[in-house]
Amino acid sequence: MKFKSRDLSAARRILKIRDLRVGLSGRPDAEPVLDGIDLDIHAGETHCLVGESGSGKSVTSLATMGLLPKDALEVQGGQIDLEGFEITSATPQQMRRLRAQRIAMIFQEPMTALNPVLRVGEQIEEVLAMHTDLSQSDAKARTLDIMEQVHLPDVDRIYAAFPHQLSGGQRQRIMIAMALVLDPDLLIADEPTTALDVTTQLQILKLIEEMQERHGTAVLFITHDMGVVAEIADTVSVMQKGRIVERAPIRTLLTAPKEEYTRKLLTAVPNLAPRAGRAAPDAAAVLRVEGLEMTYGGGWFRTAGGVRAAQDVTFDIAPGRTLGIVGESGSGKSTVARCIMRLIDPTGGEVVVAGTEIAQMSRRQLGPHRKHFQIVFQDPYRSLNPRWTVARSLCEGPINFGTPKAEAMARAAELLELVELPRDAMTRYPHQFSGGQRQRIAIARAVAMQPDLLVADEAVSALDVSVQAQVLGLLEDVQKRFGIAMLFITHDLRVAAQICDDVVVMQKGRVVEQGAATDVLTNPRHSYTRSLIEAAPGRNWDFANFRALGGAQAEQGTTA
Amino acid sequence: MIAYILKRLLATIPVLLIVAIFVFLLLRLTPGDPAAILAGDAATPAQLERIRDRLGLNDPLHVQFFTWFGQMLQGDLGTSLISNTDVVDMVAARLGPTINIALMTIVISVLLAVPMGVIAAWRHRTWIDVAVMSFSVLGFSVPVFVIGYILIQIFAIELRWVPVQGYAAPTDGVGAFFSRAILPSLTLATIYIALIARMTRASMLEVLGEDYVRTARAKGVRENVVLFRHALRNAAVPILTIIGTGFALLISGVVVTESVFNIPGIGRLTVDAILARDYPVIQAMILLTAGIYVMVNLVVDVSYSFFDPRIRY
Amino acid sequence: MTELPGSRHSAFQVLSGMLSLPAGARVGIGPGLAALVLVAIVVASICAPLYVPHDPLAMDAMARLRPPSSEHLLGTDPYGRDIFSRVMTGGRVSLLIGVGAAIVSVTVGLAIGLVAGFFRTVDGIVMRIMDSLMAIPAILLAIALVALNGPSLGSVIIAITVPEVPRVVRLVRSVVLSAREEPYVEAAIALGSSMPKILLQHLMPNTLAPLIVQGTYICASAILIEAILSFLGAGVSTEIPTWGNIMAEGRSYFQIKPGLIFWPGLLLSLCILCINLLGDTARDLLDPRMKKREG
Repeated sequence: MKFKSRDLSAARRILKIRDLRVGLSGRPDAEPVLDGIDLDIHAGETHCLVGESGSGKSVTSLATMGLLPKDALEVQGGQIDLEGFEITSATPQQMRRLRAQRIAMIFQEPMTALNPVLRVGEQIEEVLAMHTDLSQSDAKARTLDIMEQVHLPDVDRIYAAFPHQLSGGQRQRIMIAMALVLDPDLLIADEPTTALDVTTQLQILKLIEEMQERHGTAVLFITHDMGVVAEIADTVSVMQKGRIVERAPIRTLLTAPKEEYTRKLLTAVPNLAPRAGRAAPDAAAVLRVEGLEMTYGGGWFRTAGGVRAAQDVTFDIAPGRTLGIVGESGSGKSTVARCIMRLIDPTGGEVVVAGTEIAQMSRRQLGPHRKHFQIVFQDPYRSLNPRWTVARSLCEGPINFGTPKAEAMARAAELLELVELPRDAMTRYPHQFSGGQRQRIAIARAVAMQPDLLVADEAVSALDVSVQAQVLGLLEDVQKRFGIAMLFITHDLRVAAQICDDVVVMQKGRVVEQGAATDVLTNPRHSYTRSLIEAAPGRNWDFANFRALGGAQAEQGTTA
Repeated sequence: MIAYILKRLLATIPVLLIVAIFVFLLLRLTPGDPAAILAGDAATPAQLERIRDRLGLNDPLHVQFFTWFGQMLQGDLGTSLISNTDVVDMVAARLGPTINIALMTIVISVLLAVPMGVIAAWRHRTWIDVAVMSFSVLGFSVPVFVIGYILIQIFAIELRWVPVQGYAAPTDGVGAFFSRAILPSLTLATIYIALIARMTRASMLEVLGEDYVRTARAKGVRENVVLFRHALRNAAVPILTIIGTGFALLISGVVVTESVFNIPGIGRLTVDAILARDYPVIQAMILLTAGIYVMVNLVVDVSYSFFDPRIRY
Repeated sequence: MTELPGSRHSAFQVLSGMLSLPAGARVGIGPGLAALVLVAIVVASICAPLYVPHDPLAMDAMARLRPPSSEHLLGTDPYGRDIFSRVMTGGRVSLLIGVGAAIVSVTVGLAIGLVAGFFRTVDGIVMRIMDSLMAIPAILLAIALVALNGPSLGSVIIAITVPEVPRVVRLVRSVVLSAREEPYVEAAIALGSSMPKILLQHLMPNTLAPLIVQGTYICASAILIEAILSFLGAGVSTEIPTWGNIMAEGRSYFQIKPGLIFWPGLLLSLCILCINLLGDTARDLLDPRMKKREG
């Protein structure tokens, strides 16, 4: 793996932050959100700010832009110095002139960050109208020029398009064009690729890099993804609870991290190299899916029109094994999961769970079979009824199937122990737990039914990387203990590599490749699988062991 | 677009049909003899028979319905039980004053309420916001006719700026029209302004918290441009919706206001008809107002696409 | 123009509290004051027969339209009845109609809304009927109902309820429709919970907070509509003093005796104002968007 190793200390220092403290508005005594941040960024440098949710990464960037939400947060001390200009004491008018001209920012969600009712060309042009005296035709020419620079196709058409008519990647290119049209000294990118699919992410990262080289922009890049950091960073600052705990050039940080917290973060990043496959058991398959098909809409005659969310999906899972379905958004992987759970009714094909065909059953017939298959959802904040105690949630299923209440309660208490939550969690409500803890409760709720099949639909995608590792460990633990077959839906190849025995790769509703994880992920046959693997950032680095991944892969070049 | 409007027009048919059935059943299913209800306690058997005959109450229910419905489709809403004049003519003669006052009310309301709401949201939690919200809550809390009498007391009786009551058509002179129409319009506008200002403020507050407003500020866009170019257009759909659904409130207000100011419009006609139990007039008014309401909301729905390009038909 | 100011002054906080502007979980003294005034009006109305100096129905041809005096605190009306006694007694029926209409419309609307929100088969028909009812202006529908059913208390409550029900149904249905997409409801389906159980135990609790808010607004608007119905001559029988009836009788005399409209109007407006303020406060406190997702 190639890292950036430029020496930028001689370059012009664009941003100097010293002892920055940010706290809750009007409450100087409350615990600070940012507690003494120091940061330097030089021209041409990419400085990555990494940390888990709540570490203060985004607050740092908003403070630099002077965009802290005023009724919630305020700067309570320190300096933010932009080449001699003090941002913390700037007037609103001064700040307004500074933005887009000297500092620009791009955000995580390009859909919500662009105004839905204005044409994207107008939104770029507006920057010119606010800050320059260009005539309207000059402004339009300049807008089209920057749109070409960010490699948007057919710029005349896209100029007149509305955000909802563009793809996620195109929207983010518009954001980048808008940020860079006045050639600012500093670009702040707040998780700009997190909402994008992995192949699009790669393109956007390349684009930011290209633009940076062309204009010598300093980039403050905020992310939670160590893979992305490995690809693009010159320097990395690791944040935890409002402080910067470690700062180092990228190679140093990844090979010899000094702080315990940094080591913990890095060890939790799963490897892209698949783990060794487990021996396939001899038993009959718990789940057999054959020719599964799901078509949405299409009017009265299902044959024509309609969206084919899944077609001709076939696979099976033996007890104690894990099969992963991987793919980007819109690939149909979640549709398959929901069909198998019969949360939606498939339009064709067979689903056999524990020996019973369930795809064509009526809802009423299905009732008694539901205990054989259970699901864990992505969003830990919405998958538990907020008004119910944990005990009530855990007992809901068993009581539905005739378990006496006392017995269900006793079992719930055992399960809480199994998922490593305190016993007094029984009487508490979901909002009193963290995201990871809630996901443990959701797993306990599913396991309480003693299912044969557990479907995990992006079950760790909303969690921070260290919590993710723990929950993955728990799922494997549960699987071993009860011999459950697991269907694991994920967009993240690293997670799939870590937990799956077999992998199904889906694209646009179709299976493009399937087989043992070791085969598919190391010797992909289909070009789509290959492009997915190649787009995974930092794929040649073994973060947990602070070294390159062994074998031939380590020699391949990277995007850097 | 045209196809969408046609589709929406078709969709209004079931709604209006149900309204018609409802109006039809309202009288027939009321406990007791419909003719006796309409004629009052002192009616002679001959009077009752005359009413039954006029409304066809002696026929079986479904025959009554199809007769009535068929006549209605031909624009025949019957004749008044009191004056024996054609109901459609009666309504047509009274429409002018009501339409004039209603239009004036809508113009006043939208011109005042939308800026009030925008400024209240922009200056969220300042005295301006408090003032706008106080006015809004007050507007919801004081009965229309009390507002009317307060305005009469101040501007007609104490200050003598305008006549106490009455109506003059614009053709009788613009001055005469405005001096008589301004108080009723303001009276009617109070609750409408309260409603629209409140919705504008709420919708703007939500939009001002959106990412694209943050993006606009991050671009260094001036605050007035943020408000009117970026925020208000995005906040428009709920505001339009409330203008449309609030129209029912406006029609209700017309009924009361015309009584207070002695204006010979359809509101007065309705009240007089109800007090006299002149059922053909009552059902014509319900059908007419429901039709107007449905059409106004159709126009509102279609206008969404003008403000929000994501809504395409 | 400049940036948004983050101003906060204590006087402002008091005012914003009174008007219940959304301010997180903070409740100013305003809602407390509103509750106090409302309780005072309610208690004064309920206990009116215990303390009013005159029979509110007793006419006195010798004492018509008297100015306020020690005997007649607010003077007398055109029939020589004591205005103070009538206004205080009048609140009883007005409040009863408000509370009654709120309870009936919330109950009926909840039942219809739950069914419409969960069973797609009936949803289309029920919602068409509700759309149609909403197309008829509330006042018009109410006066027509009262005109046909007679001026009894019950028929006035029904007349006010019928136009309110579709609004409640829409509210309940929209809450149910969004709640049934929640993963915890899908989890309940996966756990084999029956439809009635999901409806009552998972979905219905979500509707309670918005229904409490809606109920207070209906209560306020019912009192208002009662007054308007009486004013138009289509309210409860004129023998019963209500705020609306007193004002209706004052119509022809409002130039010589404005108190006939002013006093009941003031009490009624104050009462509705307090209910609306409490409703706004409840909405701000119960609105899930105001709550933070805390881990």
